[in-house]
Amino acid sequence: METVAASEEDTHAEHHDHGLSDVGYIKIAIILGVLTAVEVATYFWDFGILEVPSLLILMVVKFQIVVSYFMHLKFDSKVFSYLFVTGLVLAMAVFAAMGTSMVFWQDPSGCDASSFC
Amino acid sequence: MTDVAESSTSQLAYGPTDWDDHHHLPTNTGLTNEKITMWAFLGSDCLLFGSLVSTYLLLRNRVGPSTRGPTAADLFDIPFTSVSSFVLLMSSLTMVLAVTSIQRAEMERCKLWLLTTAALGSIFIAGQVYEFTGFYREGLGFTTNISSSAFFTLTGFHGVHVSLGIVMLVTMWVLVSGGYLGPDRAETIEIIGLYWHFVDIVWIVIFAVVYLIP
Repeated sequence: METVAASEEDTHAEHHDHGLSDVGYIKIAIILGVLTAVEVATYFWDFGILEVPSLLILMVVKFQIVVSYFMHLKFDSKVFSYLFVTGLVLAMAVFAAMGTSMVFWQDPSGCDASSFC
Repeated sequence: MTDVAESSTSQLAYGPTDWDDHHHLPTNTGLTNEKITMWAFLGSDCLLFGSLVSTYLLLRNRVGPSTRGPTAADLFDIPFTSVSSFVLLMSSLTMVLAVTSIQRAEMERCKLWLLTTAALGSIFIAGQVYEFTGFYREGLGFTTNISSSAFFTLTGFHGVHVSLGIVMLVTMWVLVSGGYLGPDRAETIEIIGLYWHFVDIVWIVIFAVVYLIP
């Protein structure tokens, strides 16, 4: 009986060791804060041609950090990743469909759906 | 082997509820249905916000043929919104600390972090109300033009999500305070945390795409 109990404790401990420590989470939050500060800096200083790409990259990095560490997806079952990524891919497909239908597929008269003419 | 056999017999004798108490899940995947459901919901919510962000991006500079007025982008107060964004980002930290606290059976700390998270969320919502009020005074209402409708729909839906999250956090605080929620059900707090982090990542996208990208 003790063997099983010890095994259960090990499994229990292993289950909770998959995440970070509190200090680890605080470090992640500091990184996120710094990345946000860099994002805001693009508003005050001219980054030229790099502005939009850098903002998009920073956004993706912040998104990835929160999902991986705070939402625990990096350490959790792949089933959760599949569910979430499916939603993300579908969302991007919606964006692509709307973009192509409203911007690129213009009426031959030059009047597209989003210009209200 | 004898120990394992004894354990199996006793588990069968006590019935299915004891599986939950020991984190051995009687599901095919070994994952709780509640957590799978929350992730499925978050995946579907990506579609909702994906549609709203797409709509805003397509209509952000359009004021329509008969309506005029400023666009939201003309009135943004980036320093103010940056502070709001930082507050919401830090609420994700306090949320994850609430989850780790209850996993370690530190109930007082868990309650503190839950309340802190709810307070930070409330500060964010207060900031959004202040921002919307300022926009309205500047002549930008929900029906001013097609761009403002898209903006208020997107940020308003996000605000509603944050508000619902605050209600859930306060409910969790009440349940933990009343002793209805203990370390054995830490996953409940974790699932609420997933929702909270999701509203944070949605704001990460909105802040960059709507507010910062010119």
